[in-house]
Amino acid sequence: MDISFVILVEMLYAIASLVLISAGLAVVFGMMKVINLAHGEFMMMGGYATITAVGLGVNVFIAMLIVAPLVVGLIGLVVERLVIRHLYGRLVDTMLATWGLSLVFIGLATMIFGNTTTGISTPIPGFTVGAYQINGYNFFIIVMAVVLVIALYAVLKGTRAGLIARGTMQRSDMAAALGYSPDRIYMATFFFGSALSGLAGAILAPLVGLVPTSGGAYIAKAFITVIAGGPSLIAGLVSSATSFGLVNQIFTFAVSPVIGEVALLIAAVILLRAMPQGITSRFFKGKL
Amino acid sequence: MSLKRREFLGAGAALTTAALLPSAAFAADTIKLGSILDTSGIFDAYGKPMDQATRLAIAEINANGGLLGREVEIIDYDTQSDMALYSQYAQKLTRQDRVDVVHGGILSASREAIRQTMRKTDTLYFYNVQYEGGVCDRNIFVTGVTPTQQVEVLVPYAMKKSGPKVYILAADYNYGQITARWIQKFVEDNGGEVVATDFFPLDVSDFGSTITKIQQVSPDLVVAPLVGGAHLSFFRQWAAAGMNTKIPLASTTMGVGNEHKVLTSAEGDGIMVAYNYSQELDTPENKAFKEKWKAAYGDTNGIHELAVSTYQGIMLWAEGVKKAGTVDRDPVIEALETGVSIVGPAGNIAIDPQTHHATLDVHIMEVEDQKMKVVETLNQVAPVDTQAVCNLQENPDDNTQYEIEI
Repeated sequence: MDISFVILVEMLYAIASLVLISAGLAVVFGMMKVINLAHGEFMMMGGYATITAVGLGVNVFIAMLIVAPLVVGLIGLVVERLVIRHLYGRLVDTMLATWGLSLVFIGLATMIFGNTTTGISTPIPGFTVGAYQINGYNFFIIVMAVVLVIALYAVLKGTRAGLIARGTMQRSDMAAALGYSPDRIYMATFFFGSALSGLAGAILAPLVGLVPTSGGAYIAKAFITVIAGGPSLIAGLVSSATSFGLVNQIFTFAVSPVIGEVALLIAAVILLRAMPQGITSRFFKGKL
Repeated sequence: MSLKRREFLGAGAALTTAALLPSAAFAADTIKLGSILDTSGIFDAYGKPMDQATRLAIAEINANGGLLGREVEIIDYDTQSDMALYSQYAQKLTRQDRVDVVHGGILSASREAIRQTMRKTDTLYFYNVQYEGGVCDRNIFVTGVTPTQQVEVLVPYAMKKSGPKVYILAADYNYGQITARWIQKFVEDNGGEVVATDFFPLDVSDFGSTITKIQQVSPDLVVAPLVGGAHLSFFRQWAAAGMNTKIPLASTTMGVGNEHKVLTSAEGDGIMVAYNYSQELDTPENKAFKEKWKAAYGDTNGIHELAVSTYQGIMLWAEGVKKAGTVDRDPVIEALETGVSIVGPAGNIAIDPQTHHATLDVHIMEVEDQKMKVVETLNQVAPVDTQAVCNLQENPDDNTQYEIEI
């Protein structure tokens, strides 16, 4: 009995971490069609922002949930103004530019923080379920992912800003005709997407040893999740994270963690072969 | 005026001699020691202290009157963590600078990049790093520990403290694979059983499901030869799940890059490791070494096992030169093969004539408050893994890196 509970928690955790890793990219790539290859580095910077803030005496939760998203959001803002805004609509060019950016960020982080592993310990203690120990921080990650998805939905669906953003992404000329500045809206959306990446990096920071090249570990999973999700932002994110998280954990528990990773990638290949436009091109059609 | 070649050379030689005269305490020509290390780039955390150790050792030798009455001069190249530069600088050291000995190389890849150049040019080569074992070449001396030297000592100790059921978590490349096999062998030799072995690519940083699996199997002991920054997450997640107080943990790699200083004491305490060196070793040699290091570089933070191995490697070479009475390659090798030994900061270290590896002291340590507390010392552990495949006494022309069958 205990073991099924523990496995359930691990599965939810795997899904939740995929959601967190991919949320920022879903906004930047899914909504804005900017192939942000520096997404992993945005997460890495979120981690460093958290560790630095904690080192300066800031409460760890404030550092994770407020400082890191703000810092990375601002970095995203600068990047958008200097580079990305010239490249909207040029998919391949954004890829090259953001790849260059990712190298720059890795270089800068190496210069500032050095090429050594740093980290902070998890702020939530582990606890016991029957004969098993569970990492208490897993629950925090699950809760954060749920809150994030609900908040994303509420903002995009329920607020005027969300409506304007969605409208601009679909037809920026129409939005302009109605008196909204697409330039401003793109800027704000990129800020928001970067902040989400920073938040994800911050929340995952206590679980890993952070090095300037840490971003590379996330980038592939984030892209697979977002692309397999398809056209709907939130439904796509949740459905593909759920599929991949389940496949990964089932094979991890049945065979080994390496096979779990392999299974995730094979599942992605099969899924994209069967549904080239992503899960939400067939299911949950028209959902947000 | 036309200058004949012979006259020019004569004049040149006179000038050179004149230039060297101020250091008249030493004989005219210096002994050249080539050093080839990554002192910048991603491996600089290893390379910089090794370079500092090289300078410290040479300064010490020169302060004591040099070798054979001659001053030792360092010719060093920074390979910038770039494997291509190793072969380039190795050519330069051997063919242009014509050094008498080369110390250096960090990763196994860098060693293999320069080993053949050293062999072809008859330049004696010292590799002073912990590695996977198996190199068999009369021209090379290896002063770092090999997997068995750690595992043979660590496994019985850890099993005695915990129990016979062992779970292995290893890095998925040659070092991890080979080490995991040795762990399995020594667990079985000590009457235990390996209940499972999991390998992890170097970029895996999520160990949640693994930790659950470990609990399902509930072993008495976990042995973890995990490598690099991503794998450091394991120790953190293990502690976050509260497992560090339930199942004892041992590792052959935790601490080489001073990882125990990155983990908090709550996360790291109690992890068992086995190394040739710890800063906490309470011997007069180590204290003196730390004093000298501090005087030269300000503090002792940088000292790690690889730096100490480098220092000891140079001292062993110096001992060989003294014994041979020359820096020529063959007499020095023969002198070293008599089993030359020194007492270094890490204890007694002797050359094993059969393999050109080192027989050395291994210290079992437990992490305590971000330090390595020495619990037990095993004197003079031989490199039995390499001995199993390599015999340079019988087969001096051997030039292979063996993959050791277990």
